[in-house]
Amino acid sequence: MRDVAVIGVGLTKFGELWDLSFRQMMMEAGARAIEDAEIDGKQIDAMYVGNMSSGQFIRQEHISSIVADHAGLVPVPSTRVEGACASGGLALRQAVIAVASGIHDIVVAAGIEKMTDVLTGQATGALATAADQEWEVYVGATFPSLYALMARRHMYEFGTTEQQMAMVAVKNHHNARFNTCAQYQTEITVEDVLKSPLVTSPIKLLDCSPITDGAACVILAPAEKARKFTDIPILVAGTGQASDTISLHSRSSLTSLRATIEATRTAYKMASVKPDDIDLVEVHDCFTIAEIIAIEDLGFCKKGEGGKVTEQGETAIGGRIPVNTSGGLKGKGHPVGATGIAQAVEIVQQLRGEAGKRQVDGAEVGLTHNVGGSGGTAVVHVLRRGD
Amino acid sequence: MAVPRFWREIPNRYNLVGARCGNCNKVLFPPRYICPYCRRMGKLEPYRLKRRGKVLSYTVVHIAANGFEDQAPYLLAIIELEDGPRLTAQITDCNPDEIKIGDEVEMIFRRMGEESQDGVIYYGFKARRI
Repeated sequence: MRDVAVIGVGLTKFGELWDLSFRQMMMEAGARAIEDAEIDGKQIDAMYVGNMSSGQFIRQEHISSIVADHAGLVPVPSTRVEGACASGGLALRQAVIAVASGIHDIVVAAGIEKMTDVLTGQATGALATAADQEWEVYVGATFPSLYALMARRHMYEFGTTEQQMAMVAVKNHHNARFNTCAQYQTEITVEDVLKSPLVTSPIKLLDCSPITDGAACVILAPAEKARKFTDIPILVAGTGQASDTISLHSRSSLTSLRATIEATRTAYKMASVKPDDIDLVEVHDCFTIAEIIAIEDLGFCKKGEGGKVTEQGETAIGGRIPVNTSGGLKGKGHPVGATGIAQAVEIVQQLRGEAGKRQVDGAEVGLTHNVGGSGGTAVVHVLRRGD
Repeated sequence: MAVPRFWREIPNRYNLVGARCGNCNKVLFPPRYICPYCRRMGKLEPYRLKRRGKVLSYTVVHIAANGFEDQAPYLLAIIELEDGPRLTAQITDCNPDEIKIGDEVEMIFRRMGEESQDGVIYYGFKARRI
């Protein structure tokens, strides 16, 4: 198996991009990544595109062909990868496997979601198809309500508070202000979060990630060739993926995602790292409780202490383990299929030292954590400076 | 949604019928076609679940799921049934402020919703505090 490196990254602005189509967004992110890698499009051997639900959002399936077609890269093999909100992370993993195996050399891992061409109710309905239609949605579950069930149980078992959850949103909005691609550029306070409208108790509007348009792209190469393209190759040191039951109620724990724990174990082992070795992480904060559970499951604090360490500032930039320096799903936005790739873009920029005002000093090892549904899929990558 | 999709789940949804594995004796709900513990060695048979359980977690849904708008705000919970399986269900006939984790409930047959004015009316289980 060959070592794999990231040689280029590209991102669109995240937000409600009324004037951009699916195709325009994908080409913009792709062109930026190709310019960043200083390659010619003709050098690309294969593409993997993460996308949750173009069928529901823009009534278009078979986007793998559209992406290759509009990039002018026909007949390069192009594959769509779907795992709900983890689609991007899964596309990255498939691209890594393709390069590591020796089948392809230069491979694109992209992610995209165009979510605002439908009304909000249609968008939330589409997102709810990541949950069990027969046994969750049938009885009235919404996607936020599943995370609310986790949050309520976390509060009951560990004493986590609504204030602590609000602090996740406050931190991530703060970080997003230093990210020009982020959907939100405004600071919020704990009080703003607590006073925002109830969505599904204890989750309030400002505990939720938004509906977002956006695309992201990374370009991979075999590590031994990466130096030809970049001075600072970023190695994909570890990759891990795991599944769990589709329904939240079928799991033995409501306060921990087994898929995260298993994917993390695999990725840490492959990269020969432990939590202490990681300098910063991008975690899947689709709701504020999700970040609290994630930092516990990733091993950055004891189970049940995620709220406490957030309150103590340990997850802020400058803290013990900066979490979601990009603004996360909460502040940067969550175009579901693009999120897993956008997380990798952030870590690459941080490890290269290109993150500007949100730079984590001396960062050498970073991690991405991408979740599908209420935890039926999780994928984790460990990235390391390779110079 | 096509009528057969409702129709074929009626035994399970309307009677709370899951499965019991004759090999490991575990009770499974919602129904499955392979025992996840025994896989090919499993011997699944229909099993009608006891209708009592307790609340493991709950939420009051204010922004309703599509088709449930007229019911909001409604209580949604994860219930652990006496036989072991857990399921997601609404809690009905209850003031949302009074519910607590650990509360005992019984499952009762209720109307869940309708496809449209001309479409099928569909039913299932909700939980009620006892």
